[in-house]
Amino acid sequence: MSASLSPNGQAHHEEPNYLNVTHTLKSWLLTGDHKRIAILYLISISVFFFLGSTAAGLVRLELTSPTGWLMENDTYNKAFTAHGVIMIFFFLIPSIPAVFGNFLLPIMIGARDLAFPRLNLLSWYLYMIGGTLALIGILGGGVDTGWTFYTPYSSLYSNSQVTITILGAFIAGFSSIATGINFIVTIHKMRAPGMTWFRLPLFVWAHYATSLIIILGTPVIAITLLLVIAERVFRLGVFSPELGGDPVLFQHLFWFYSHPAVYIMILPAMGVISEIMAAFCRKRVFGYSFVAFSSLAIAGLSFFVWGHHMFVTSQSMYQGFFFSLVSFLVAVPSAVKVFNWTATIYKGRVYLDTPMIYALGFIGLFTIGGLTGLYLATLGTDVHLTASYFVVAHFHYVMVGGAILGFLGALHFWWPKMFGRMYPQGWGKFNAMLVFAGFNITFLPQFVLGFNGMPRRYHYYYLYPEFQVYHILSTAGASILAVSFLIPAVYLTWSLIKGPRASANPWGAHGLEWEVASPPITTNFVTTPIVRDEVYAYDEVDEYEQVQGTEEIVHPTRTEDKH
Amino acid sequence: MAALHDAHAAHGHDSALHHQFEDIEQQNESYVVGMWAFLVTEVMFFGALFLAYTLYRWAYQTDFFYAAAELDRTLGAVNTTILLISSFTMVLAVHFAQLKNKKAVLINLALTVGAAVAFLGVKSVEYKAKFAHHLYPGPNFEWHGEGNPNVIQLFYSLYFVMTGLHAIHIIIGIIAIGCLAYLHFREAPSVKDDFVPTEMVGLYWHFVDLVWIFLFPLYYLIPSLSRGGH
Repeated sequence: MSASLSPNGQAHHEEPNYLNVTHTLKSWLLTGDHKRIAILYLISISVFFFLGSTAAGLVRLELTSPTGWLMENDTYNKAFTAHGVIMIFFFLIPSIPAVFGNFLLPIMIGARDLAFPRLNLLSWYLYMIGGTLALIGILGGGVDTGWTFYTPYSSLYSNSQVTITILGAFIAGFSSIATGINFIVTIHKMRAPGMTWFRLPLFVWAHYATSLIIILGTPVIAITLLLVIAERVFRLGVFSPELGGDPVLFQHLFWFYSHPAVYIMILPAMGVISEIMAAFCRKRVFGYSFVAFSSLAIAGLSFFVWGHHMFVTSQSMYQGFFFSLVSFLVAVPSAVKVFNWTATIYKGRVYLDTPMIYALGFIGLFTIGGLTGLYLATLGTDVHLTASYFVVAHFHYVMVGGAILGFLGALHFWWPKMFGRMYPQGWGKFNAMLVFAGFNITFLPQFVLGFNGMPRRYHYYYLYPEFQVYHILSTAGASILAVSFLIPAVYLTWSLIKGPRASANPWGAHGLEWEVASPPITTNFVTTPIVRDEVYAYDEVDEYEQVQGTEEIVHPTRTEDKH
Repeated sequence: MAALHDAHAAHGHDSALHHQFEDIEQQNESYVVGMWAFLVTEVMFFGALFLAYTLYRWAYQTDFFYAAAELDRTLGAVNTTILLISSFTMVLAVHFAQLKNKKAVLINLALTVGAAVAFLGVKSVEYKAKFAHHLYPGPNFEWHGEGNPNVIQLFYSLYFVMTGLHAIHIIIGIIAIGCLAYLHFREAPSVKDDFVPTEMVGLYWHFVDLVWIFLFPLYYLIPSLSRGGH
C-alpha cells in the first residue's frame, strides 16, 4: 500500500510512524500531532479513572455495613464527591472525544490534522491544569458538596476545599470548549475531496453533535461556577438567598449544562457503537441517515430537558409538565439508534470479536439505562424515586454501562490502529463478558434499593438492615468490575511490547482509518485521499486485509461464506 | 506523495499557510468558522449572566431603579462613545490590512488600543467611586437611600460581575491587538500576506464592544417607574 512508503525516502529498519518519528519528551509535550495529543489524553484520563474508581471503591466498602464502619460522615461525603467530580469532569467528558475523537476524526475524514493543532495541545494543558487543581482540592482536604456544587451550601457554608476544586472544573471546561471548536471547524472545512456529509462515518456525526453541545453548554457552566467562586471569595452574592438571590437559579444554570453534558458523554460512545456494529456485521448501518440525524436530535433536545432534575424544587408545575414531556421525546432518537443497531445485525455476518462483545453489551445496558430514565421523567414516579439509589443505578447504567463500555469497545477496536499491536483475543473476549457481569451485579441491586427507599449520599441505613444484602451484592459486583478494569490494563500493556504486529486492517473493516498504516504516519496519509466509495460500503466478499509486513492483499473469506 | 509535495511547495510561496491545510482558502475559511464558533461560546458565557439580570430585574424593579441611580450616566455614555470609536478604528485597521498599507494598519491598531485603555481608565474612576461609597458587596456594604439594601447589594453583585468580566475581555482584547500590531510591525507573513487574522481579531473586538452596548442601557439607563417610563 502507498501508506507504507516512507514519505521522505529515508531508510528505516522500522516503518516511520507517528510514535517513532521522534523520541524526546519535548517532542511529545510540544507536539501538534492530533494522534500524539490523543495518547497524552489516554494516559492522563486513565490516571483520573484510576483515582475516581478508588473513591468509588471506598464508597462501596463503606456501604457494606448499615452503621458505617470505615468513615465519618464528612469523610464519606468527600469520598462520593471525589468520585463524582473526577469521573464526570476529568474522565467521562473528555474520554472518547479527547482520545478517540482526537485520534480518528482527522483520519476518518481524510485530513492531515485537526484545523487548529496548537489549540488542541492547549486543550490538553488546560485539562491537566484543571485536573491538578481539582486533585489538590480533593486530596488536600477534600470537598463535601457533591459533584453538583449546589448553592448556598457550596457558596456560603461548606468549609471544604470548594474554591480550588471548582476552579479546576472551570479551567477543564475551556479544554472541552477548545476541543469542541476544533472538531466543528475540522468537520466543516477539512474533509477530503469526495468526503460528503453523507459519507461521513457515524462516529464523526456523533462527534459533531457532541461538539455542538460542548460549545453551547460548557460556557454556561463556566460562568455559573465562576459565580460560585465570586460568591465564596468576593461575596458577590448572585445566588445568595439573604440578598434576595435565588439558589435555585444555580440549579437551573447548572443543569442547563450538566444535563446536555450527559449527552456529551453518551453520544461519542454511540458513535463508537455504530462503527463497531458496521465493522463486525460487515454491513452498512441500517438507516444511516436516521442514526446520523438522531445524534443531532438528541443534541437539540438536550437543551430543553434540564428541569427534570428539579421536579421537587420550587420550579412551577407547568415547567414540570414541559420538561417531563420533552424528556420523553429524547427516548425517540435514542430508540432509533438502538433499533437501527439491532436491525444492522439482521442478515449481517456477525463476528463476535472483542469490540463487538462490548458493543452488544452497550446496547443491552444502555437500553436498561434509557428505559429506567422514563420512570424518572414521569412527574408522579419521580417524586418517589428522586434522590434515591434508583437514580444512581439509572445514570450508572447510562454512564458506565453506556459510556465506559463504549470507551472500552473503542479501545479494543482501534488499539491495533493506535499502537500497531494486537492484544490476546481470548483475554479480550473473556474480559468483555466479565465487565458485563460485574456491572450488572453492581447496579441491578441498586434499582431495588432505590425503589425500596434507600436515599443516595447516605451511608447509614441501620433502620432498614434488610438493605444490607443488596449493598453487599453491589459491593461484590464492584470488586468484579475493578478486576475487569485491571485485566485490560495488563494485557494491553503487554501487547505494546510482545503483542503481534497488526496489519493496516486487522478486522477487515471499511473506512479511511483502515487504509492507512498501523500505526499511521505523522501526516496520516501519504497523499490526500480522494473518496469515491460510500460509507460502510462492505462488499459481498469480506474486505481485503493486508498481510502484515508485506504488500500482499488477502481476502479472508471464512468457510460459511463460500458459496 | 503529490499532495505532500504540493503542501511543501505551497510553504515555499506562501509561508502564511499551515501544514494541515491544503490551500489558503481552506485555512481562512477554517479561521472564520472557528472564530464564529468561539463567539457562540462567548454569547452563551455572557448569556447566563444576562439571564440572571433579567430574572432579578423582573423580581425587584423598584430596587433596581434606586440602585442604578447611583451609577454615573455621563461616564457610561463617554465609555460607550469611546468603544464605538474603537470599533470604527478596528474596521479601518482591517480595511488597510486588505490594502496592505502597513503604516495605516499600525496607526489604527494603536488608536484602538488607546481607546481600550481610555475605556478602562474611565471604568476604574467609576469603580473607585463605588468603593469610596461602600457600594461593593460584602460586609462593608452601606446603603442609605431608598430601597431594600440587600437587593441593592444583589444589583451591585451583578454589576461588578458583568462589567468586571467585560473589562477582562477588554484587557484580553488589548493583548490580542497588541500582538497583532507587533506582527504587522515585524511584517510577519501570517498577517502581511493574509488579512483574515486581522479580521478575526476585529470580530472579537466588535463582540466585546457589542456586550457593552447591552450593558450600558441595562445598568445605566433604567428609567424611573414614577415618571411613567418602562
